[in-house]
Amino acid sequence: MDLIWEGLRKALELLLTLDPEVLRITLLSLEVSGAATLISLVIGLGVAIPVALNEFPGKRLVIALLNTGMGLPPVVVGLFVTVLLWRNGPLGFLEILYTPTAMILAQAVIASPIIAGISLSALQHLPPGLRLQILALGASRPQMVWLLLKEARLPLLAAVMAGFGGVISEVGASIMVGGNIKGQTRVLTTATVMETSKGNFEVAFALSLLLLVLAFTVNAVLTHLQQRNRPR
Amino acid sequence: MSRPILLEARNLRAHRGGAQVLDIPALDLRTGEVLALMGPNGAGKSTLMLALAGLLPLSGGSLRFKGATLDGRSEREAYRRRMTMVFQDPLLFDATVAQNIATGPKLRGVSAALRKPAVQAWAERLGIGHLLGRPARQLSGGEAQRTALARAFVLGPEILFLDEPFGALDAPAREGLLDDLGRILAETGSTAVLSTHDQGEAARLAHRLAVMKEGRLLQTGGLREVMNHPWDPFVAAFVGMETLLRGPATASGDGLLTLRPGRGGDAPEVVALGEAEPGQTVLVGIRPEHVTLALHSDKSSSARNTFPGRVVRVLPRGPFFKVELDCGFFLAAYVTAQSLAELELEPGAAIVASFKATAAHLIRREGLDAEV
Repeated sequence: MDLIWEGLRKALELLLTLDPEVLRITLLSLEVSGAATLISLVIGLGVAIPVALNEFPGKRLVIALLNTGMGLPPVVVGLFVTVLLWRNGPLGFLEILYTPTAMILAQAVIASPIIAGISLSALQHLPPGLRLQILALGASRPQMVWLLLKEARLPLLAAVMAGFGGVISEVGASIMVGGNIKGQTRVLTTATVMETSKGNFEVAFALSLLLLVLAFTVNAVLTHLQQRNRPR
Repeated sequence: MSRPILLEARNLRAHRGGAQVLDIPALDLRTGEVLALMGPNGAGKSTLMLALAGLLPLSGGSLRFKGATLDGRSEREAYRRRMTMVFQDPLLFDATVAQNIATGPKLRGVSAALRKPAVQAWAERLGIGHLLGRPARQLSGGEAQRTALARAFVLGPEILFLDEPFGALDAPAREGLLDDLGRILAETGSTAVLSTHDQGEAARLAHRLAVMKEGRLLQTGGLREVMNHPWDPFVAAFVGMETLLRGPATASGDGLLTLRPGRGGDAPEVVALGEAEPGQTVLVGIRPEHVTLALHSDKSSSARNTFPGRVVRVLPRGPFFKVELDCGFFLAAYVTAQSLAELELEPGAAIVASFKATAAHLIRREGLDAEV
């Protein structure tokens, strides 16, 4: 028990004194996962909207693939992205392996299917006649899509939360493509793994606590947005 | 009615899953008229309506609005801004009543300053002025459908499509909305297409009637014309012509014919409007509201057809009662609750039924050897 209390005490100390290293790690986590989530939102909606609004052969297969993609193991993604970005790999010329950019790329691969899958299901759950109703009100196609997204805003924000939650908490891909380089690619999860393996439990505690606070804060903001105009 | 043709449909065809679901050789909609599409579920009323609204991919045919074709994508988009549609499901957005009503004008870029008074005015006209700030999800069925109608009327549509707008409403909500909608349609002189399977709704709102079955139009015409002169037994049954008599014509002349209903030849003769060759099998229909019942025959009555009979069944029909009689042939009549009590109408009771020759309409002539 002492270990836990000591850990919590040290964690609070690190937080309250705004340890510059901890601050840098936290900000990088937020940056990398935030950027990855935004990119995934664009990709996810870009996939979900046409799949939801059109009928085409193989649609069920696409949906099944997306749903499978929602459970992509981060280490598998990490492996593939590493191979792609390896010096003599297909994208090796970019020279971005072991940079935050590579981490954003890997996390976007993880979060995109999550956001696409939940968004698709959100759009498919709208009343079937709604599209015709919107068109009958004189909407152009982009206006129709916008109104549909607005109508599905609650589950769409849930998709964003799930995507962000998935990447802020993953460690496998980040450590493989980022390398946990101090001052460059070290984020909360990779730092926690390292400190734990070194036996620095109090630092690991502090980082974990921060991770939880960060995840909670971002989700609290999104939840506020989600429930803001919701009639009760 | 020599009003100009607003919408002209020719050879409309649509397929779903390989099967033809719509086949409409010609249908015109004139400015200011309310056309009711009637038919059972699955007759293609909604499909035809979506096709007329330019919202259904067609496998053939053409639509012309004010003489201009709607073949191109841009023409159809422009047309979509001149008509609108209300469905059975109000399909309101997850927003307030005011925001819902303002949707169409907003899509057209109408400024908030211009939107607001129009939204207010139409909400009041539909009796929901006090609900403008209410979230749509808290509305009752009737209030929601009123919001959907206000959202449509605020656009000043040149054609209003109403796809079974009362289908999901309870009786009181439906009655109130029927009254209000009838009044607003008349006041605005709107051109509208209404689909319904209720002849009462059609009778209260429509000028013209089109009866559909299996994706085809069986009969199109003025309201009274179709109600009183259905072309075939299906249409007759659908527009509420409950008595159909089939039998050989025994005489004909001066626009009237006499037939003996049934096969046996022991039924009394009925005089009907129409002409036929003697011996030719004819089908004649009588609307139940045109049959009067009395305890004794009235010699001064002008009704050519007066028959003693017995009550077989009495069935409630909305505010009326339907009395099924055996007069040597089947005859249905509508009576009020008061008449039901005064005439002591119950199964087995003796009664005299009468109707004018002009109330018995020839529906069709069949061959001499047609099976009766």
